[in-house]
Amino acid sequence: MRKVLLLIPLTIFLVLAGFFLHTLWSKSQEEGGPSASIEIPSPLIGKPFPAFSLPSVEEGGPIVTEADLKGKPALVNVWATWCVACRAEHPVLNRLAEQGVVIHGVNYKDDTEAARNWLRDFHDPYQLDVADVDGRLGIDLGVYGAPETYLIDAQGVIRYKFIGVIDDRVWETRLGPRYQALLDGEQP
Amino acid sequence: MIRLWLGMFLLLATSLAYAAIDTYEFESEAQRQRFYELSGELRCPKCQNQNIADSNAPIATDMRREVHRLLQEGQSDEDIVQFMVSRYGEFVRYRPGLTAQTMVLWFAPLVFLLIGLAILLVLVRRRRTAAISQDRHLSDDEQQRLRDLLEEKGSND
Repeated sequence: MRKVLLLIPLTIFLVLAGFFLHTLWSKSQEEGGPSASIEIPSPLIGKPFPAFSLPSVEEGGPIVTEADLKGKPALVNVWATWCVACRAEHPVLNRLAEQGVVIHGVNYKDDTEAARNWLRDFHDPYQLDVADVDGRLGIDLGVYGAPETYLIDAQGVIRYKFIGVIDDRVWETRLGPRYQALLDGEQP
Repeated sequence: MIRLWLGMFLLLATSLAYAAIDTYEFESEAQRQRFYELSGELRCPKCQNQNIADSNAPIATDMRREVHRLLQEGQSDEDIVQFMVSRYGEFVRYRPGLTAQTMVLWFAPLVFLLIGLAILLVLVRRRRTAAISQDRHLSDDEQQRLRDLLEEKGSND
């Protein structure tokens, strides 16, 4: 009995150490590196896309509102020209758009002129180009860094949020299946 | 010389007073105080180990601007914290609210304390009974020795 009791602290230590290691390990696997910050779950999942009314990135483009996002399941990608990671993500978005994935862009806290140049130089994968110059929509979306990508359904309800750069692996494992499920759900 | 010291003192004082500096105007001193309290209580989601008062991240700047705007609109502290929580999640509160999810956070220390006390109690009790039972079970030899010792002590007096 004594000996069993003596083992309790060691057992507790091992369980805790195992738990921490597991958490650290699984986080770093998910995020693609131990340096990536830990993802905060968004409270907006399952909620309608926040209301907004903002100009387009294109010169003289229409005012865009949340109603324009409805109709089809889509990705809403928050990006900026100052965001280095967005540059890496851009070719992937171009390719997805070519495959017919509906992607909308929110140009977040950016110089609209620079954003125009970027879209001209690197191709524009977005169907709607929203210019959120002062980051108000970003606040309502709970954006805290670009790139962030929201998956919305045809009713404009946010179904999933991905923080970080979308690459092929992320698309195949996390966003793609969910997008496909929404598409399949739409068909009667 | 004194000017130099004064300058250095002022330099230190300003860096202590506030890490990130905005130029907000407030209707009253009380409102300014509430602004400082709120921005000290809200966690920056980008940097994660700083509050939005300390952080210079763009998002912290925006959140301070929002706090200021909401204060001007006359919203209560609770409304403002709720505004942030509904966008950034429970994570932005340095003092998490009492919900089913944060129950463990709030009560785990108490539970651990109780477990510790229980273990302590058991150990003390066990030690005490062990000591008592040892007293009562002396072997015949030991009983004899004890008696001898007691007698010896008595005769010396």
